[in-house]
Amino acid sequence: MTDTRNLFVRITTALAPLLVALIIAVLLLVATGAPPLDTFVKLFTGSFGTPSKQADTFVVWVSLAIVSAGLLITFIAGQWNIGVEGQIMMGSIFATWAARGVWEQQGIVGIPVIILWAMVGGAFWALLVAVLKIYGKVNEIFGGLGFNFIATAFNIYLIFGPWKQKTGGTLSGTEIFPEALWMPTLPELRVSPIAIIIALLVLVVIYFSLRGTLWGLQLKAIGKNIRAAFVLGVPTNPLLLSAYAVCGACAGLVGAFLVIIVHHRLIPSISSGYGFLGILIVLLSSVNALWLAPLALFFAAVSIGSTALQLELNIDSSLGGVLQGVLVLVVLLMQGIKEKVISK
Amino acid sequence: MRVELKNIHKHFGAVHANNNVTLTVEGGSIHGLLGENGAGKSTLMKVLSGYIHADAGEISLDGGNVKRFKSPADALRHGVGMLHQDPLDFPPLTLLDNFILGCDANLLQPRTRAEKEFRELCQQFNFDLDTNAFVSDLTVGERQQLEIIRLLWLGARTLILDEPTTGISAPQKIKLFTTLRQLVAGGKSVIFVSHKLEDVEDLCHRVTVLRRGQVAGEATSPFVTEQLVQMMFGQQLNIGKRSNVELGAPVIEFDHLTLKDDRLTVPDVSLSVQAGEVIALAGLEGSGQQLFLQACAGLLPPSAGQLRVNGIDLTRKPYENFLRAGIAYMPADRMKEGLVPGLSIEEHIVLAKRGKKDALIDWGRACQTASEQIKEFNIKGIPPTRVEALSGGNQQRTLLALLPPDLKLLALEHPTRGLDIESTLYIWGKLLERRKQGAVIIFASADLDEVLQYSDRILVFFGGHVIETVKSSATNVEQLGYLIGGKKQL
Repeated sequence: MTDTRNLFVRITTALAPLLVALIIAVLLLVATGAPPLDTFVKLFTGSFGTPSKQADTFVVWVSLAIVSAGLLITFIAGQWNIGVEGQIMMGSIFATWAARGVWEQQGIVGIPVIILWAMVGGAFWALLVAVLKIYGKVNEIFGGLGFNFIATAFNIYLIFGPWKQKTGGTLSGTEIFPEALWMPTLPELRVSPIAIIIALLVLVVIYFSLRGTLWGLQLKAIGKNIRAAFVLGVPTNPLLLSAYAVCGACAGLVGAFLVIIVHHRLIPSISSGYGFLGILIVLLSSVNALWLAPLALFFAAVSIGSTALQLELNIDSSLGGVLQGVLVLVVLLMQGIKEKVISK
Repeated sequence: MRVELKNIHKHFGAVHANNNVTLTVEGGSIHGLLGENGAGKSTLMKVLSGYIHADAGEISLDGGNVKRFKSPADALRHGVGMLHQDPLDFPPLTLLDNFILGCDANLLQPRTRAEKEFRELCQQFNFDLDTNAFVSDLTVGERQQLEIIRLLWLGARTLILDEPTTGISAPQKIKLFTTLRQLVAGGKSVIFVSHKLEDVEDLCHRVTVLRRGQVAGEATSPFVTEQLVQMMFGQQLNIGKRSNVELGAPVIEFDHLTLKDDRLTVPDVSLSVQAGEVIALAGLEGSGQQLFLQACAGLLPPSAGQLRVNGIDLTRKPYENFLRAGIAYMPADRMKEGLVPGLSIEEHIVLAKRGKKDALIDWGRACQTASEQIKEFNIKGIPPTRVEALSGGNQQRTLLALLPPDLKLLALEHPTRGLDIESTLYIWGKLLERRKQGAVIIFASADLDEVLQYSDRILVFFGGHVIETVKSSATNVEQLGYLIGGKKQL
């Protein structure tokens, strides 16, 4: 009896925020003069309607799934790794750097080098935040924010400076990579099956390391009570460093994919806000690895689908971002209310 | 102002912090509130100043009936203001900003008027406070002065001072006492909360003693110290019973050790403790016992001197070395420093395991170990029970279950505070078993019976100094009471 009631309560509390978010979204649409039902249909067909659109959605999904898996690690350890956006960008920069080194090589040699080097770059950028946090008492939110700006500026400098195209620096980015260094994709589509497999692999590894390894348990302890964890004998500093390194490496991997799958060159705002979307996904998942894949798919679909709104209904594509933001805020609000009710 | 508290009751969970407390403070008098840590003094004063609500009972001011205060601001509107032990002020603000902060002004700050009245109040009490200085630059004594004039300016007619003589210098104390006498001469009333006998005897007209949440007695000046001590600590003067344990080699040695945190210095402690010995740290809360225990456990590096464990110099060595030496720490605040809320008993067992650890967790075995420990330590829970769902006694048992098998030294803060008799006896049984196996136990406690009953030697702390080291068999509750209150002679 209590079991079924508990289940009922859990389903209700999980669905209520979605319903509220939906209502708010409908109101927003009505207020902007858009037909609500049509908009949702277009959002769906815009992201899943054709094989090409499905492929585009999965390209975004790969990035969101990997970056949110990495962020799960820092979140478990109680860290707000806002710097993840810069870590993706640093991954792209390191990937391009590596690509310039293996410019003439075959893909089978070049691509792994590019990916590994990008992961090193992302981890390095994350470790800077961690070192400032642990040894310099700089809050990771401010540290991360600072390094995001630095990464952006450094990226622009490279594109217009040392790495500019032969014809001169341009906003369109660096020279296009030789095709040998492009990650192989399905014919006619932009999606790479290897990338999808890697993303699934990352999700599985992160899920099991949180469940079944001492490392995962120690990170969880640090996130819940760092002082008690330390007193119990958990080496807190090395573990925090490792959490940032893993998250940064995941971000770097995303950075590599953006370069060798999506753009085939380094462009100014290459990280595309995927890091921040990743944070929203982890927040929505209640820090539960199992939810990451479906949530990432939803966010990817809204991102891709909202570009279709622009074309077909003449609704600004930023509406997708608004919907994502509203959903996260409502879910967090509901969690807050739930906790307040329980504590009473 | 005459203040009457009638039949106040306050529960915190299972703890009856105030049990039918009735107290009358006459206008124009200084009333002392005396009692050891946890006697219920602060709770009672928080009820009177509107910080917490009583479960039952009444507060009446000057004979009128005021049921309860909604908030500290509400209490202040009725004329009751409280100075907290750690001043509740705003270090980054200037004195004038801090002074104005609580006033019922409209949109505009009454700065000119406030500044003028600030100066007048300073003059009246002969305080030397600069309105433009920052609160962070003041000494604790000056911050008290600021709080006093602020509360008076906001209309306080009864001032409550919680342990005001802790952390201020001797001249500042004299100044404070002069101020308080000046206040009551003007018709205000003062409630002076303390565990320092000397201060209470020196200052108060009348005193109420609380013990375990109840009024243990009242007395009027001039006081008989002996009588106050008896009321504070109970009548029984039992001599501690010593059980005989063969003492082994020295386990931990302190060689002119000096400990410091941002509040307190514990200078020059030298002590050698042998295997099987139990050392109690007695003293008012915050007199240095916690620093001492944390230094034993390797959580606070000493600023001078040497600390040796089993003959090995561990001074300023990483905490890890202390863990490897078989040292463990059990803090008073179990959920803050001991256990990780949100994690289960079995997860704690895995985390706390010392020595070689496997990277992959064998949850089946962890669950089995946890079940065994739960049975052995009689913990009311199952392996996946989260520690925050356990009662205080069961949390303490869980901490015991986490101790390593080859324990050499255990540093504990308040091993049985807030626990019922059954848990208390059980925990001491387990601790004494460890001692028989040759472990050193060093514990801090506010319960003098516990101190006398279980320790071999007692270090008495007062204001950061170890003022006395006594053999438990050669002392009693009464003498300890004097020492803790800072009086050396019996």
